[in-house]
This record gives sequence, structure tokens and C-alpha cells, in this order.
Amino acid sequence: MTPIPPLPDTAVVLGARVDDWRAAVREAGRALTRSGSTRSEYADRMIAVIEEFGAYVVIAPGLALAHARPGADVKSEGLAIVTLAEPVAFGHPHNDPVRVVVGLAVSNAEDHVAFVARLANAFNDHRVVGRVSRSTSAAEVRELLGLASSADGGADGADRRAGAAGEGGVAGSAAGA
Amino acid sequence: MRIVAVCGVGVGTSAILKMNAERALDRLGLAAEVSASDLGNVAGAAADAQVILTSSELAGAVRAAVGRSFAEIIEVGNYFDVEEISAKLEASLG
Repeated sequence: MTPIPPLPDTAVVLGARVDDWRAAVREAGRALTRSGSTRSEYADRMIAVIEEFGAYVVIAPGLALAHARPGADVKSEGLAIVTLAEPVAFGHPHNDPVRVVVGLAVSNAEDHVAFVARLANAFNDHRVVGRVSRSTSAAEVRELLGLASSADGGADGADRRAGAAGEGGVAGSAAGA
Repeated sequence: MRIVAVCGVGVGTSAILKMNAERALDRLGLAAEVSASDLGNVAGAAADAQVILTSSELAGAVRAAVGRSFAEIIEVGNYFDVEEISAKLEASLG
């Protein structure tokens, strides 16, 4: 099993303003790219999964686990957390609307078990989706999910606000790095 | 007894479902082997399974993919609700 990937500040977006589920998933894709986990194309593949299979990625009330198959656009396993200022519908019959989008990138189908176990341990407490959605710092999100900010477990400061993010803007600052 | 957890791409969501199905089985005191599969491989993966766990969103596609399988398809609404999964497995297997 591989170590659990960290959740750096660059992979956390709090209070994003998005118009629809695609923009919400794209926000998670930008966070994965910014944190160095994926190339920017990965966001398109996460959207394509939902277009192909439907909103099954909304796996609990208010929570979407956006992800795609392993691929060349995944540089390393990674996780991103996006909270939405206003919830959006993904089209799930029971679990809409979504307030928290978890972006997941894995490099192969076998090696992400420890990672998923950590997520399950956190989200098996049904109050955690609400707590994450109300979080005001990346550090608070990490604490709720039991994740570190870097591979060596370090912690750092400022959280990242989504600002005027929305439709359209593609490149995260670290895109294509 | 075999159980297959199915999602669209076979990583992430099916792994969470598999893990929480194992927790549910523990809670029920039932022994079963739980595997994860993507939709494309479900027919093979579920050939000798008794139960297929999946999202209500995918249930129709799973049903079409497995055809005349004996496996019962159980739709899970909340993948993190071990009680829901336990209750549904108990109703199916108990």
C-alpha cells in the first residue's frame, strides 16, 4: 500500500462559486493540477465519467467523489477538496444538492486502498460533510479528514479562497508544471 | 459467498463501497468475499456472485450488463452509511 497522499493548501478551495456541476468538478480538477497531482486534462476526464455513467459519484448526501480512471495525466495520487458557496445539483435522485466535491486521482486501481480507507473513516461520520462544507481553513479540512498538508506531515498556514472563480477560467497557476 | 461492488470506473467509489460492505458484513457476523469492479467488467466479476452492490444511478446499466445472472442487485443510496448497507445485505442474505 502506498502512503496516504497529503492535502496541501493548494488542493483546498473553500466557498467556490459555481453555476453547475461541471464547474464544480472543474474546480476540483484545477485544485488537483495546482497541487501537482494531475495535468489539466484530468478535469475533462472526471466530467466525462459523469456524462457517461450519471451522477453515481454523488455517493452520500451533499458529497460528490469526482474521479476518473488512472491515466497518463495523473502524475501522482492526489486528493482535492472543494466546498461550494451555493450547493449545486448533479442529478442524483437522493443525494443532491452537492456542497462538497472531493477530487480523487489515482495512478493505479490497486494502490489507493489506504487512501480510500482514510476517506471512509472520516466520512462514515455523517456529520463530516456538513463540517467540511462549513470549514474556514485548509487546516480545518485536514483535521476533519485526518490528512497531512505534505508528505512529511508538515503543516502550514493560509487557506485558499475561491474568489471569483467560476465558469471558463482554465489554467491553475501550476497547470502544466 | 461472493459480493461485487460496482462503479463506473472501478476505482474510488467501488473501493469505498467494498470497504463499507465489509464493515457491514462484520457487523452482521457474515462471511463473504467482497471485490470491486467497474461496469465494463461486471458480467465476469459477478458470474459467481450472490450480490452486486451499486448506486441506484448505475443499477439499470448493471442489470443490462449482467443479463441472466443469479446475483441480486442491491442499490445503495449513501455509500458511507454502514447501517443502510447492513440492513440491505441482511434483507438479502438473512
